[in-house]
Amino acid sequence: MKVLLGIGGSPDSFRALSTGLERARAAGDELTVAILENPESDVDPAEVEARVRDELKASAVDASVRRLSGDPGGALIKLAEAEHFDAIALGGGQESPMGKIRLGSIAEFVILNSSVTVILLR
Amino acid sequence: MTADDRFPDTPAAPFPTPPETFIDGADREVTIAGYGDGPPADRETEFERLVEMYTTFDPEDRAQGIPPGREDRVRDWLEHLLIEDAVNLIAWIDASAAGHATLVPDVEEAYELAIFVHQDYQHAGIGKELIRCLLGEGARRGVERVWLTVERWNEVAISLYHAVGFETTNAESFEIEMGLRLDPSAD
Repeated sequence: MKVLLGIGGSPDSFRALSTGLERARAAGDELTVAILENPESDVDPAEVEARVRDELKASAVDASVRRLSGDPGGALIKLAEAEHFDAIALGGGQESPMGKIRLGSIAEFVILNSSVTVILLR
Repeated sequence: MTADDRFPDTPAAPFPTPPETFIDGADREVTIAGYGDGPPADRETEFERLVEMYTTFDPEDRAQGIPPGREDRVRDWLEHLLIEDAVNLIAWIDASAAGHATLVPDVEEAYELAIFVHQDYQHAGIGKELIRCLLGEGARRGVERVWLTVERWNEVAISLYHAVGFETTNAESFEIEMGLRLDPSAD
């Protein structure tokens, strides 16, 4: 499966990267990691990309890395549709102090607006 | 959005404090008490009664992933909630936990609220008394700012929150965020 994994620097997006890499190795997915500009994240895209490349190296999964600028949800959907990805994968949300799961704004937008299947990784 | 936009300027009217005993809409005697102060002999028993309440909880009434779906996760989750800094009240009917309401501190010294009433005891007014007592106990313990999130289709919960004074502060996401200010000096 051709999977586009979006990562904007939030803790759940880094968890999704680890899970996505494990899955890619087990299932033989063709993985592309898209670095997004997440306005809600404190980690800037260059730092996100450096961490992504470190993880890729450590996991020995052969994935390509792309930097997307502009509105993160829109850019992700545009790329997924234009290049015929089978699925977009994203982090499955952060937990509140109570333990309630709250989806990030990128995930909310992508779920509602993507014509490509969306996978939330937990 | 600034931190203050998340809470109304004016405190809500005072609330009752636990313990409280009342007859619910189905003629059952309900006692609302703080965790550790209920009818069971000790905290360990109360903990086990809460585990029973949540492991038999209908998945249909889960909200944003809680209560969790497996007993080991229910236990972990309850241990995370039943801490000294949080406010926890339980509604008891005989020796069974019928409902549980909690205020958990966040990193900004505000408190996140959640309330659950078991399916066997819903539609009898227990939730309303439980949340009123929770807010009363919160104010008594110095809590000033309370917030919660609720799925926008959960009309029963939203009307309960409105009824006790919560105001909607953010409706841009899948969940609505609501806030309430307490007056800790009120008794």
